Amino acid sequence: MTYDPVLLANIDKKDSHTLPVYQSGGGYRGLRRALEDMSPADVVELVKQSGLRGRGGAGFPTGAKWSFLPKNHPGPVYFCVNADESEPGTFVNRVQMELDPHQVLEGTIISCYATGASTAYIYLRHEYPLARRRMQAAVGECYAAGLLGENILGGGFSLDVHIHVGAGAYVCGEETGLIESIEGRRAWPRIKPPYPAVEGLFRKPTVVNNVETLACVKQIVDRGADWFRSMGTPPDPNDPRDPGSFGPKLFGLSGHVNRPGCYEAPLGITVRRLIDEYGGGVWKGRRAKAAIVGGLSTGLVTEAEFDTPLDFSAPIRAGCLGLGTGGVIVLDETYSMIDFLHNSCRFFAHESCGQCTPCREGTQWALEMLERIRAGRGRLRDLDLLREIGETIGIMPGTTICGLADGAAWPIKTALGKFREEFEGYVKEPTTV
Amino acid sequence: MNVLDAETRENIDTIAGRYPTRRAAVLPVLHAVNDRLGYVPTEAVVELAELLELAPADVQDTLSFYGFFKQDKPQGEYRVWVCRSLSCAARGGEELLEYLCEKLKIRPGETTPDGRVTLEFAECLGACEAAPAVLVNDTLYGNMTREKIDELIRRVRAGTHHDATE
Repeated sequence: MTYDPVLLANIDKKDSHTLPVYQSGGGYRGLRRALEDMSPADVVELVKQSGLRGRGGAGFPTGAKWSFLPKNHPGPVYFCVNADESEPGTFVNRVQMELDPHQVLEGTIISCYATGASTAYIYLRHEYPLARRRMQAAVGECYAAGLLGENILGGGFSLDVHIHVGAGAYVCGEETGLIESIEGRRAWPRIKPPYPAVEGLFRKPTVVNNVETLACVKQIVDRGADWFRSMGTPPDPNDPRDPGSFGPKLFGLSGHVNRPGCYEAPLGITVRRLIDEYGGGVWKGRRAKAAIVGGLSTGLVTEAEFDTPLDFSAPIRAGCLGLGTGGVIVLDETYSMIDFLHNSCRFFAHESCGQCTPCREGTQWALEMLERIRAGRGRLRDLDLLREIGETIGIMPGTTICGLADGAAWPIKTALGKFREEFEGYVKEPTTV
Repeated sequence: MNVLDAETRENIDTIAGRYPTRRAAVLPVLHAVNDRLGYVPTEAVVELAELLELAPADVQDTLSFYGFFKQDKPQGEYRVWVCRSLSCAARGGEELLEYLCEKLKIRPGETTPDGRVTLEFAECLGACEAAPAVLVNDTLYGNMTREKIDELIRRVRAGTHHDATE
């Protein structure tokens, strides 16, 4: 561990969440420089150069997302901060908002300047009361200090920021579900296109970015694109569509490790190093059995696959959905894969919004089969039926509007694909009920 | 007689001012009502709809989608959310929830007869590093054990538990 954290550099300071402490560490100097020395197009170009990809799960290049906004639009342009962190195993945005809310806000203000947004809504889940209070207080400090409102720092740019509190629905993390929710409706994701950049919140051009992505924007403005590209995994020469995985990443490590926590490392650290060097190894002197690589929806890798680098590409090669949010959940050798998959299926059945039939029905049927298997009444053909559900529900097979069902499918596919023997054994001879 | 008091009614216009449409104020306004009354009765939905220039069915449609709001009767003084998602389940979250059900003699979603505690399961509280996690109103408790839960419930019942304010 020779890496010095950047995104988490402030969090151990006393009162790290307050404006004076943030500014004493150089906070808001980057914003001042952006407003004084850079045009909005310069900021977009810098972020493009950095290779920054969204940290919320999909890994879409941030600069490209911004440049999809229509040129010379009369406005307004809206900006949404996705702080609806709800993916099981994911908590790094909470840590950021509780301990360094100004870093998130500075990234937000810079990003709004870059995209020409005049209003930003921070969509924050209700389960994060401390993060809400700290973000609200930080917004108040910014207005009082001329960092928000009219004519920010005398640079002619104006921005209002509002906090919008959710009410308990995972699907609000999907960007068009989030937009519907801000508009006061049920959070049913929209059919795309049109993408939010063209027609988003209140039918206006809209950018939705994750909390950690915005903190990265702030650091890129401070330290430059070359600094950001100095760490991570370069593009795969065999994959022309891989833009590479650059920069630092926050990893939420939980489950059966000795030291669970929020850790910062360059993209590309392996699952094994994260667990051993940061997490202090598997708890109780046990061996690991598997790990979720990036939030529940990404699926799992076996212990034999722990040398998989945590970047945007390698988890896919290991059979997972992707890097996801970077929430790594470790399961030790005693943990039942049947219990794991039951827990996963229950989550997605509970969170399916009900709009698309394959997701609403598929997640519920998967749960019912897992309940039956777990109760010792499973049949071998249930396993094939589960695989079929896993392969047919989702936006990737083309049967749903959003990716929630894909997230339900990957735990099914990876658990059954990698631990088939355990499932078959349990179906034939249920050990514990 | 109005269910919504004058302060809540005034608050609605402040909230609506943050958005270009009045409909966008539905969720924050529902939160404001819920904070005040502990639930959102049908009468409140009707009054809200009028103030937001919507049909009551529009407000009801949004409300019913989100798991947070209760409609039949006020929630308990303390709403206790026990996380059951994977990180917490792997560290005893489900057993903790079951223990609380037995201790309080209620199921998730129910309120104790004295009106003190509403028990809820939660899907990922986002406190996985402190699993198993429990949220009590606006205060998060991590690394929970039966002993810690016993102490928490004792304080709740004695009325000596206070929500965090910062």
